[in-house]
Amino acid sequence: MKIEEFQERRLVVDGWEVNLTSYRLGAEWRAKADNVSPGATLCRTTGATREEAETKALKRAENLLARTERRTV
Amino acid sequence: MAEYAHPEALVSTEWVTQHGGDPGVRVVEVDVDTKAYNDGHVPGAIAWAWHTQLCDTVRRDILSQRQFEALMGASGVTPDTTLVIYGDNNNWFAAWALWQARIYGHKDVRLMNGGRKKWLAEGRDVSLDAPQVAAVPYEAQHPDFSVRAFLADVRNALAHRSAALVDVRSPMEFTGEILAPPGLPETCQRGGHIRGARSIPWGRACNDDGTFRSADELRALYAHEGIDGSKPVIAYCRIGERSSHTWFVLRYLLGFDNVTNYDGSWTEWGNLVGVDVARGAAA
Repeated sequence: MKIEEFQERRLVVDGWEVNLTSYRLGAEWRAKADNVSPGATLCRTTGATREEAETKALKRAENLLARTERRTV
Repeated sequence: MAEYAHPEALVSTEWVTQHGGDPGVRVVEVDVDTKAYNDGHVPGAIAWAWHTQLCDTVRRDILSQRQFEALMGASGVTPDTTLVIYGDNNNWFAAWALWQARIYGHKDVRLMNGGRKKWLAEGRDVSLDAPQVAAVPYEAQHPDFSVRAFLADVRNALAHRSAALVDVRSPMEFTGEILAPPGLPETCQRGGHIRGARSIPWGRACNDDGTFRSADELRALYAHEGIDGSKPVIAYCRIGERSSHTWFVLRYLLGFDNVTNYDGSWTEWGNLVGVDVARGAAA
């Protein structure tokens, strides 16, 4: 099988930079959200369209990132 | 342009396309779990999950020699196999696996430069099938801990100023503003860094496509922070996987002789009672 329509972009979610990757594999779309710094994977999702997979990933990422507490140093 | 000190420790995605199926070559995808692998992987690759297969699951430790031998054997790896490891997150957990294979004396172990990210971005073939592998006997070498730093080694290095410490976490983890990478569970009681450590996040060693920067660029990057191989180096992060990546860079790409990975890392230091913790930017 071939990865098709691979795409990667950066956006800000809940104040954090996120790297959103998506591609089509066969009939299914896959998406992945990483925090940009340091680059850890937050979630992986699937969908019937790119938009569906990405929307799921961003929602899940937003939930996770909202739990991150910033401390004063 | 200078070459890497040990270019044989790296293979390209094209090399894997051409040779991944050769007899005597075993390609392994390593991530924190196998979710990425299940989303499509290098054809013929098998999967190792960091949290269940590359760590002792009872006590916090790397695999014992017996556990390592069992993993290799079940993976169809003999001591003569060329082991090619890659993974997500620019090879964080792949580097952990390589570091552990080095501890147990596997002779020929290499990283696929650029990891999973580059393979996918290049539109190369992927497979959803996990290959069937025939188990083989595997006898590891006795563990060589010269590439591993324990807590006592770090304390000794601090007391005698005998090693340079490199903190490869993100700047916000280093300062103590956050206790874990954004979105991940907090795994320490205190934030900050080991006093005297230099902050050189792992990602500065990589290009946008996930491949390693050139030897000249890497040498300049670390030299700028006083890390030039003239004294021992201890790398650490949060759980030891990102610092495995930096350990690989310093040991194999720049050829520093004395580099160790402190796999206890911040989840050990940041939970200790009574140790010195520095906060804010590096002095």
